[in-house]
Amino acid sequence: MNDLSGRISWADVALALLLVIVAMVISRVRRTGLESDIAVASVRAFAQLLAVGFVLDFVFDGKAALTPVVLAVMVGTATLTSGRRGKRVPGAYLVAAISISAAAGGTLGVLLLLRIVPAVPRAAIPLGSMIISNAMNTTSLVMGRLRDDLAAHRREVEAHLSLGQTSTEAAASWHRRAVRSGMLPIIDQTKVVGLVALPGAMTGMLLAGASASSAIRLQMVVMYMLVGGGAFAALVAGRLTTSRLFTADHQLIRSVRRVAD
Amino acid sequence: MGDRFEYRNVRVDGDSAPIIEGFSARIPADGLTAMVGASGAGKTTLLRLLNRLDDPDSGTVLLDGRDVRSYDVLDLRRRVQFVGQVPVTFPGTVAANVGPEVDMLLARVGLDPELADRDADRLSVGEAQRMCLARALARHPECLLLDEPTSALDSSSKAGIEALVRMLADDGLTVVLVTHDPRQASELADRTVTVGG
Repeated sequence: MNDLSGRISWADVALALLLVIVAMVISRVRRTGLESDIAVASVRAFAQLLAVGFVLDFVFDGKAALTPVVLAVMVGTATLTSGRRGKRVPGAYLVAAISISAAAGGTLGVLLLLRIVPAVPRAAIPLGSMIISNAMNTTSLVMGRLRDDLAAHRREVEAHLSLGQTSTEAAASWHRRAVRSGMLPIIDQTKVVGLVALPGAMTGMLLAGASASSAIRLQMVVMYMLVGGGAFAALVAGRLTTSRLFTADHQLIRSVRRVAD
Repeated sequence: MGDRFEYRNVRVDGDSAPIIEGFSARIPADGLTAMVGASGAGKTTLLRLLNRLDDPDSGTVLLDGRDVRSYDVLDLRRRVQFVGQVPVTFPGTVAANVGPEVDMLLARVGLDPELADRDADRLSVGEAQRMCLARALARHPECLLLDEPTSALDSSSKAGIEALVRMLADDGLTVVLVTHDPRQASELADRTVTVGG
């Protein structure tokens, strides 16, 4: 066997820490002041992955019913992260929760319903986590961009409103731009996949000893799934964010109108 | 004729202190009413209450004797058109901005009808402000709210817009003009409402 599954020992992990120490030495010599950040990041990665590994072994080992709980925790964490990013949008946490859940539920639902992947924890959890983290980034981008653009262009938005347009009509061009900006990263990544970097899922399968042809098929599914999930998230986040930035009476909310010029 | 608008004991909160507090005034339906006051007194804020770009935190604003909030807001904004300080042109030609009656409306605001096919963002500031007035008139409003409409203009386009605004008031529109310029208020307006001070 020339695959790595089951071959990496704790001693190997400890040896790999040498690379972190190299990074810290470089940081010290170049006075970047990042030593403590590197240390914290490394310790966090250790603790988080240890915990996740423990949970996954537990779930894979006959506790499949816990799969939705694991996915829900991931959605929750992604919601907190994205909601904090978009906090200048009122109700950002709710926008993030709905957008990320819709992306995860919709995309994973399609994969499972069409039996593209088997409904087992070993498939649903890793694929779900990829969809969720991608949807989290998309949601943060859409919320931030839409809020900033409407604030920057409030004269134009209010000129549209003053002519009797609805808030949806008045925000349309900035809404479109925000949805685009949320979807572009994953689309760009999909365009260059395999050319710039071998993506994670494929790398994992290759390291685990799978054939390249089965690794690329999985990666294709992953990319298409992420494009779909990103579109879901961008669509829902765009719609919800717009509704949060206007009142029911088609007025821009004050915190968007009253930014310093 | 009766009052077109009435402010009753209106308060609008700012970030820390009220921008407007205890403000009451009537704006008759006929002619041109100027709202004057120092900058920062809240004139623009008061104007925006009339087409509900904003609502007061307490008190009421009436249109034709009824609370403005009792009208459908989109219909209210069609009837009560607002033109701001800096002309806002939308992408596309002047005709796309103004709509099907563009020839008649350009003539009415004193623009050459040949401009209809020009890109709106290639107009001078003065022309763009006239186009914004034409675009507002295209909705067949009953009232025109003007927020410092000449402050971004040079003196010759300023005189042109002033004459146009006066003409629109004489044509029967209720015109409410916010200005910090006492000369403009006394030369153009039939009456003034003082804000603040």
